[in-house]
Amino acid sequence: MHELAITQALLSIVLEAAEAAGARQVTAVELTVGALTGYVDDSIRFYFERLSEGTLAEGALLRIRREPGEGRCQTCGGAFPVEPPLLPACPLCGSPDIRIAGGNRCIVERIEVEDGDPHPGGEGHPQRQ
Amino acid sequence: MATHIPVVKAILSANDAVAAENRAAFDAAGLLAVNLMSSPGAGKTSLILATLERLPPSLRAGVIEGDIASTLDAERIAARNVPVVQINTGGACHLDAPMIRSALSHLPLPDLDLLFIENVGNLVCPAEFDLGAHLRIVVASVPEGHDKPYKYPGMFQKADAVVLNKADLMPYIDFDLSAFQNGLSILRPGIPLFLLSCRTGQGVDEWVGWLTAQLEARRGDHGR
Ligand SMILES: [Zn+2]
Repeated sequence: MHELAITQALLSIVLEAAEAAGARQVTAVELTVGALTGYVDDSIRFYFERLSEGTLAEGALLRIRREPGEGRCQTCGGAFPVEPPLLPACPLCGSPDIRIAGGNRCIVERIEVEDGDPHPGGEGHPQRQ
Repeated sequence: MATHIPVVKAILSANDAVAAENRAAFDAAGLLAVNLMSSPGAGKTSLILATLERLPPSLRAGVIEGDIASTLDAERIAARNVPVVQINTGGACHLDAPMIRSALSHLPLPDLDLLFIENVGNLVCPAEFDLGAHLRIVVASVPEGHDKPYKYPGMFQKADAVVLNKADLMPYIDFDLSAFQNGLSILRPGIPLFLLSCRTGQGVDEWVGWLTAQLEARRGDHGR
């Protein structure tokens, strides 16, 4: 459900960057999403498709890179990727003394755009809502 | 032709900027703002009411009540003569920083020592949205089971303290306290945990003592 708000925030970052660059069309958006955020990729895609209608980002491809949380065992020193639900103990040695780092970020890494029309007033820009 | 534009912007940076403004407003007023998050029914409102009851009389509290639609919780608080603002999110599953900013003008901030923000009941979304509060408290409850930290790591990872409510039910429910504690220590080593029952009053004094110490520490930091 919160993917709606997340996707609104995502779209406004994308549109702001695209407009600042004078882009005509956003063709792709690259995202890094941490595994511990609870964001569901399909849900972000669903909202993005609908929210971006009629904007520069309509039809843009979303490339979502999942960033796992990292677990580190305090006993054996082993490191392992973490996805919810967490394991109660180290998968390598069984020690419950583990720590979790990372996996909470959600970052717009970059966008791919078609450059602006050098002759504005031509076929017209896609309408922003 | 296609061009790549690096952006590298955290998705909630706009929210976070407003949260920073909220925090500055709280600091200017010299109050401690507390964001209470939980599943529906864990007892956030009951915790606020129990806390208000045992707060030293010299401290004045206000409340921002987040609710998807109803005003029931706000009415329970207002009945105690505590300034309260209701935010109806109209279906949204969390509060965000701009909602808090809008609510602030309806509260006598300079007169307040503590501001409780009761978030919408949900263990996923509220974790993502910084409201500008100084403390994030997760309220869990015994009937929900001990696996909550394992299933909702994002929420517990951001908590400054955890209140485990309905602790009086522990003897009747298959709740593995050490598993719960282990989950917390994986995510937030050393995090304060309060075993508490709003119904019996068990543990409420310890919680209120901790909270008022946090307020005093904050005021010390700000030279008040
Ligand atoms: Zn290990």
